[in-house]
Amino acid sequence: MPATTLSSISGAALSGYAGYVGRRLAQFLIVVFIGINIAYLVTHASPIDPVEQSISAVTSFGNTAPDAIEQMRNSLRELYGLGGTPVQQYLTFWKRILSADFGPSLSAFPTPVGTLIVRALPWTAGLLAVSTLVAWVLGNLLGGLAGYYRQSRGLKLMGVIAMGLHPIPYYILAMLLLILFGFIWPVLPISGGAAMNLPQSLTPEYVWSVLQHAILPALSLILIGVGSWFLGMRSLVSNVLAEDYVVYAELAGVKSWRILTSYVMRNALVPQVTGLAMSLGGIFNGAVITEKVFGYPGLGSLLVDAVYAGDYGLVLGVTTVSILGVSVGVLAIDLLYPLLDPRVKVG
Amino acid sequence: MAVFLRDLLRYRAEFRIGVALVAAVLLLSVLASFSPYPPDSVYVVPPDLPPSLTYWFGTTSRGQDVFWQLSFAIRNTLLFGGTVALVSRLVALAVGLISGYKGGWLDRVLMSVNDTFIVIPLLPILVLFYFVMRDRISWLMLALIMACFGWAYDARLIRSVVMSLRQREFTQTSLFSGMSTRQILTEEHLPYVMPILFSTTMNNMVWSIGLEVTLAVLGFTDINTPTIGGMIYWANQHTAMVAGIWWWIAFPTITVIMAFIGLFLLAVSVNAHIDPRSRLWSVGGAS
Repeated sequence: MPATTLSSISGAALSGYAGYVGRRLAQFLIVVFIGINIAYLVTHASPIDPVEQSISAVTSFGNTAPDAIEQMRNSLRELYGLGGTPVQQYLTFWKRILSADFGPSLSAFPTPVGTLIVRALPWTAGLLAVSTLVAWVLGNLLGGLAGYYRQSRGLKLMGVIAMGLHPIPYYILAMLLLILFGFIWPVLPISGGAAMNLPQSLTPEYVWSVLQHAILPALSLILIGVGSWFLGMRSLVSNVLAEDYVVYAELAGVKSWRILTSYVMRNALVPQVTGLAMSLGGIFNGAVITEKVFGYPGLGSLLVDAVYAGDYGLVLGVTTVSILGVSVGVLAIDLLYPLLDPRVKVG
Repeated sequence: MAVFLRDLLRYRAEFRIGVALVAAVLLLSVLASFSPYPPDSVYVVPPDLPPSLTYWFGTTSRGQDVFWQLSFAIRNTLLFGGTVALVSRLVALAVGLISGYKGGWLDRVLMSVNDTFIVIPLLPILVLFYFVMRDRISWLMLALIMACFGWAYDARLIRSVVMSLRQREFTQTSLFSGMSTRQILTEEHLPYVMPILFSTTMNNMVWSIGLEVTLAVLGFTDINTPTIGGMIYWANQHTAMVAGIWWWIAFPTITVIMAFIGLFLLAVSVNAHIDPRSRLWSVGGAS
């Protein structure tokens, strides 16, 4: 009898978790679908013909034979997916995205756009993953302490600093760090992903150089991130502190460190995980601009340089990969969420 | 409302600092109307002069007075943030109120779209938008497209407030006394949403101004309209930091940071004041 109850409960839990995963997967597909459609709308609803614009940019430098222009016009039309009826254009657009074929890059001809993106992706993913994780852990830990030990002067001061740092946009903070460490106190490399004279291999020098170059971009992402997680966690903790079960634990003589970690912080962390999933897009925006400021060889620099070079395929490719990448990140966080909040397994 | 403001001023240091910062920035933006120079003309004063009594914040390499240029820039920047906030508030209110009150499948559909807009990385899409529009991009166009993306997070907040309001007795009373859905939402629920609406407006302005500065610095907006980001863009174009013309970058940066921190403090303090528990804490702690 107890065995059957147990198995029926675990069966229910499984279907609960499966249902949860199904809903998250559906939301993931919706995000990707809407995101790609927005990209389509933005590129195709423009009153400017991108083909004519590219042609006029080229022909303004001198005389070009008319049939050469016609040839260029046709190949550009194909590249931009502008041939045929709107329905055909829409289908072509999806076909290219699903087959990850964005054609050759115009600015780095004839390297395919896909190769450029694959080359840049690890830099962005590494920078983003490390700095987001560090900022999240550090901000929640300090914020939790600040909410629990309200009278501590050091933690109050930290609250003031967090309030001052959090609203500053990524660009401004990155620029301030650049000025500080580039002009006033030049101790850190301010540009690039690694020293130019080192071959890309797993030698200690190369790894050390990569780490050194990552400090400033990561620091500017972390400083802003810590501020926002700190403030969120502090107010969440002070709300949880007033809950009956915390008061009861205090009266029962549970050690204060244990109350803080397993009674207060653990419960306050649940909305912070949701918050991480929700702010991933914004953090990615920050990474794009931070990379550009520090000349970091990731997706952000690739995107901005592609705009300057007028490389349509590359801009579209990076945008699509960004939407996909951020959605995958959000999905990953969502799927880990039940580890922290077991209620979703049942509900 | 007057009591609300009085309590905020009396018990919340953050609110006082926020008001002071925002007032200072607003004052600077109002001064733009008294500028002796038109905003878009260049070489009207000697270039590259450091701050002095004649030119308070110095002059740029393009022969503009930094002080007056800055007052135009901050005015346009605030106007931009205000426009985005206003338009996106309308969407956020509509979605939040309807989704929270109606519930059911409508709520699920709206929230699904909502979560999509929260998650999508906006900067690449705005860059793509600039890429296809190029020089035709105007600040109003940019404001509208940002407003299309800036409502989602706040709609969720409003929805959660309305969901709890729906359970309260007065909603039932108004329903039984024959008020329509529109009446209940605008006359009964909207007043409760107002404080949250205020704090999200401030946060939304911080968000949109931050994005605008970012885009302008890259040159991805209408760079001929003076904005804070536009000023930094031109300073970078003239390599102001390397040339030692630090005042061209320092003053816009300080001004916009003041605006950000001021707006954020207003949002935070109002938010904390709405929450009765934290209000008791601050009022009780003061006595």
